Amino acid sequence: MIQEAWIWGLVGGLLIGSAAALFLLVNGRIMGASGILGGLVDGSAKGTSAEKIAFIAGLVIVPAVIALAMGGVKTNITSNPIVIIAAGLLVGVGTRLANGCTSGHGVCGISRLSLRGIVATVFYLLGGGLMMVFFRHVLGVI
Amino acid sequence: MKRSFFAFLSGAMFGVGLLISGMVDTTKVQGWLDVFGNWDPTLAFVLGGAILPMAIAWRVAARRRVAVLGDPLPMASSPAHPDANIVIGSVLFGMGWGLAGLCPGPAMASATFGGWGGLLFLVAMAAGMYVAPPIRRKIEIRSTQLKEI
Repeated sequence: MIQEAWIWGLVGGLLIGSAAALFLLVNGRIMGASGILGGLVDGSAKGTSAEKIAFIAGLVIVPAVIALAMGGVKTNITSNPIVIIAAGLLVGVGTRLANGCTSGHGVCGISRLSLRGIVATVFYLLGGGLMMVFFRHVLGVI
Repeated sequence: MKRSFFAFLSGAMFGVGLLISGMVDTTKVQGWLDVFGNWDPTLAFVLGGAILPMAIAWRVAARRRVAVLGDPLPMASSPAHPDANIVIGSVLFGMGWGLAGLCPGPAMASATFGGWGGLLFLVAMAAGMYVAPPIRRKIEIRSTQLKEI
């Protein structure tokens, strides 16, 4: 069961990387989820907004169809609205300050050995790890 | 039109990859970040698997000047250095990622099946993105002032 999860992780990862490779080599863009959405939200997308909207449409619609065919996919998200709002705000502000998230800095940055991408990845893993220690093991709320 | 078609295709592949790899499952993501608990290493395989085709793509990009649709390609080796915004922003992002187990890609991919919790997260995330630019500028000004001292 656990080994199976690793294989699915690897296959899914290869697909994610292929998506990023396609976006780079065909469209000439870096596939960063936070940059694509953030550019539309803060109005900085300008001439690239059609492409960004198309990317998000693919990202939302195709998983929706698959989830429907599979009879639903569980995300197991917490039911605590305060935790959800705090987490969403942190992710939104943080990714836009850092100019990237797991896809932009993690996948696209590390693969070109970008120091910014590597530093970002170290610090968001550190931030996430510390939250798990504090909120799961000390406070026991997540 | 062509640009939008390939952007849609890329988004679709990204979404399917996130679905297959289990990145939309918040317990799995939190399990990966929970190094001192019941650690789940799956995400290392996801990240490793994703970096592989992208590393090849950067090699190809280094040999071409323009992308297939004619746009200039981003440089294969990034000249920019990390700054205060990278560090502060990434720590904040990581904290949010750990709290809910969602990062921007999976949050969007699960928009239709993540329930009210997933939608609330998306709204809060978009609000965070909306207020970020002036904060980013402030941090930039502060950190250059500090360097000049």
